[in-house]
Amino acid sequence: MDGLSEARKGIAPRGALEARNTDTVEFAAATPEAEQPFKELGLTEDEYAKIRQILGRRPTAAELALYSVMWSEHCSYKSSKVHLRNLAPRGAQTDKLLAGIGANAGVVDIGQGYAVTFKIESHNHPSFVEPHQGAATGVGGIVRDILAMGARPVAVMDALRFGPADAHDTARVLPGVVSGISFYGNCLGLPNIGGELSFDPCYAGNPLVNALCVGVMRHADLKAAVASGLGNKVVLFGSRTGPDGVGGASVLASSTFAGDAEDGSVGSGGAAAKRPSVQVGDPFMEKLLIECCLELFAGDLVEGIQDLGAAGVACATTELAAGGGAQVGMRVDLDLVPLRDPSLTPAEILMSESQERMMAIVTPGKAGEFAAVCAKWDVEATVIGEVTGDGVLTMTWRGGTVVSIPPETAADGPVYSRPLARPAAQDELAADGPAMPRPGDGAPLRQALLALLGSADLADKAWVTQQYDAIVRGNTVLAMPEDGGLLRVDEDTHLGIALATDGNGRYCRLDPYLGTQLALAEAYRNVAMTGARPMAVTNCLNFGSPEDPGVMWQLAEAVRGLADGCATLGIPVTGGNVSLYNQTGQMAIHPTPVIGVLGVHDDVRRRVSAGFGANEATIIVLGETRDELGGSAWAHVAHGHLGGIPPAVDLAAEQRLAGLIAVAAAAGLLASAHDLSDGGLAIALAESCLRGGNGCSIDLDDVSPQAFTALFSESAGRAVVTVRPEQAAEFAALAHSHGVPAAAIGTVTGDSLQVNGQFDIPLDELAAVWQGTLPALFG
Amino acid sequence: MTFPGSLDDQDAARAVRYAGAEPVALWHADRDLRGVDAVILPGGFSYGDYLRCGAIARFSPVMGSLVPAARAGLPVLGICNGFQILCEAHLLPGALTRNAALRFIHRDVRLDVVNAGTAWTSGYAAGQSLTVPLKSGEGAYAASPETLDELERTGRVVVRYAPAAPNGSARDIAGICSAEGNIVGLMPHPEHAIDPLTGPSADGLGFFTSIVSAFAGAGAAR
Repeated sequence: MDGLSEARKGIAPRGALEARNTDTVEFAAATPEAEQPFKELGLTEDEYAKIRQILGRRPTAAELALYSVMWSEHCSYKSSKVHLRNLAPRGAQTDKLLAGIGANAGVVDIGQGYAVTFKIESHNHPSFVEPHQGAATGVGGIVRDILAMGARPVAVMDALRFGPADAHDTARVLPGVVSGISFYGNCLGLPNIGGELSFDPCYAGNPLVNALCVGVMRHADLKAAVASGLGNKVVLFGSRTGPDGVGGASVLASSTFAGDAEDGSVGSGGAAAKRPSVQVGDPFMEKLLIECCLELFAGDLVEGIQDLGAAGVACATTELAAGGGAQVGMRVDLDLVPLRDPSLTPAEILMSESQERMMAIVTPGKAGEFAAVCAKWDVEATVIGEVTGDGVLTMTWRGGTVVSIPPETAADGPVYSRPLARPAAQDELAADGPAMPRPGDGAPLRQALLALLGSADLADKAWVTQQYDAIVRGNTVLAMPEDGGLLRVDEDTHLGIALATDGNGRYCRLDPYLGTQLALAEAYRNVAMTGARPMAVTNCLNFGSPEDPGVMWQLAEAVRGLADGCATLGIPVTGGNVSLYNQTGQMAIHPTPVIGVLGVHDDVRRRVSAGFGANEATIIVLGETRDELGGSAWAHVAHGHLGGIPPAVDLAAEQRLAGLIAVAAAAGLLASAHDLSDGGLAIALAESCLRGGNGCSIDLDDVSPQAFTALFSESAGRAVVTVRPEQAAEFAALAHSHGVPAAAIGTVTGDSLQVNGQFDIPLDELAAVWQGTLPALFG
Repeated sequence: MTFPGSLDDQDAARAVRYAGAEPVALWHADRDLRGVDAVILPGGFSYGDYLRCGAIARFSPVMGSLVPAARAGLPVLGICNGFQILCEAHLLPGALTRNAALRFIHRDVRLDVVNAGTAWTSGYAAGQSLTVPLKSGEGAYAASPETLDELERTGRVVVRYAPAAPNGSARDIAGICSAEGNIVGLMPHPEHAIDPLTGPSADGLGFFTSIVSAFAGAGAAR
């Protein structure tokens, strides 16, 4: 194969002597009694016995490593798979789906020949151990997932959750995570268009770093992770393979941090004993890899492609081979894998999670062109094997066969129906509603608003978002702090896509079913606020240990809530990621499903901003306000209280609201639109005032008879919009015809947030409180 | 011009299109400047910013053609990483160093046009105020006091941050030019302020219409 380097040829010692020292298949068959470190690699006795049964002998060291990473919780979804099956789209949900769950990322048809692929993934554990590199490689990994579908990655988002904002360790973890995302995403040239940032003591020993990437392609560009074609070449390209991230998926992401996780130590073992389990990212190489892959795709030089993420070469080879069907096998010569460290063992080569690598299946006839494109982009590409017709994944090293397995047995992994039980304390929690004294009218309400606005959860996130490039590629129409990110896809037709992610661990702790639906509803609503039509869902399910029946109940309830919610809304779940073992000792995080919703915008020029930009516009609250404070920001900030039941969910009402906004935006009736969520109307008004640089004068009587409830209730399905006075009647009729309650509550005017009969807060004071919090905490 | 790691090259090309000219893609490994009338070195992280921003790009094959052409009068605009490359190539004096707060900064900034006489700013009026995005980690302009004095004395400060530089730039300098005015470098991104739909304003378009009308005028005079 001309032009493609055959790395280390003539360097790697080969021959009988080396083979005798290697744990080959023959040696394994001859030494059935040899002790193997399966427990250190995270496998149970049953799983080890199953491997021996599949192979009819003990596994070699390399095979044991391969199975251990492929059967890890992180790669196999063995605890969650039985529940995730409920998310499979049905009926009308599949209408717009070009590829679904199981692919590297789901693909949605957005019309005009365009397809969009998007996915959110966790990098929680590495980001706690090494915040900068952990978060950076989280971005890198999800970007390669999108790339592997054949799409050009066009934007990223990040959903971040940390311990208390003023905790000592948060000052280590948060700036590191933000700098890692900034370093990697900015250098990659992908705009960061939104996400979340929140704080809670439950994340102190286990921060959540969830990264989303979205990519765009033409329908015909869709690629599959499938090996096919007898004699086709298996090409590894991108960075060299080094000792970093060995066992990251199996050892780090699939077990619980020790009780004293302060020192950041994690267990490791076996072949990986002395290797760092966090990877190190090189965004420059990833940028080259993106451009190189897109040129390879454009030249139709690739038959199948897979990114290398968790479980590295082990995962890419087994999934490509297994994806090809029963007759397809693969023969790989591990001596040909280009290494940064020549001392790596076969097991380590298989488990390494070195970043910025891809694997492609290439026909021999196109190998020369493939090599030329890689050379243009200074990307090293090496043929390491070929597709066979024997249904066996075979790997050799220094003259001996070190892996010989049926690939589907590694790719499929075990499936567990772990015991689940609703925790007894759940009823107590539900009964303990927020019965604390509420602030009285006037000055106490004013004080309560400012306290919420200045709380770390609700304060201005500019300290973080100013470190992200939100505009590179020139198609960003809306980005943080808007409700959803909005990107232009086509400069001529003005077609665009909107994205939002939402999650609320407090709601989910109170009721994982409802809490998940509330997260779905909020992301759906945020996408709708831009004027887009919500179309598809991705999810990142962050939970504690699956070995705790209470946690498994939370997971099952969350998945059931998401499945039911998506069925009601008629939009599919296109894929996602599960992160378990998010706990320190016995302390699990709140169940935290993070839901991402993708929408399509027919004309991005009709986008709607959250800011009060039009003076004298009429301010209208849409939706119904009930007295719903369970799990609210007010209870959390003012009283540190978590109890009761979360707000009710009415997905039909969410659909009506989204439909109204889409029609009104297209008709040019909306001067602004902002969803109501954490902190209720009070925070939404303050944010809209600050975003637009205008004050407002409002009356609360038509929202709720109690001023406190009107301001701080978190009833779902609501938004605050502004409409120019001359269009108010037309909008009111439209709201009526959509069945959305609409109450005109005031006017955009002046330079203060004025609630008649209650209080008046100058914008300068609001801004100082809102903007001061994060800089005071993080410098 | 695209180097490995250039990121805002498509954005620069779009701005050229908006200004009514034809963008021509140049490639770092190709010494051929393809007969273009002017060159834009875009933002990004050429060669991953390894060693120093712009330090490796400066040795690209294409720079072997570009440097003499620029010295002979070819108009060149360096934006962000492009400015860094121009400084590394000694086409412009001084250097760009880490932001004062040691963090990447992305925000809209106000710029005052100081010199409206360069090839790239002739469409503006001196003293005109522009709102354009800044997005960089190493954007603090630094030079010796003598160099800074000379730049100011000879009118080679092109744009200045107002009211003050957010990144610690010496004397609030956002962009400078060569003695002849054909080479301009600035840290903020005018190519991201060409349409209020995707930027804070259309104030940045003037950089691109300035050069286009310079050539249109030259063509008419010929």
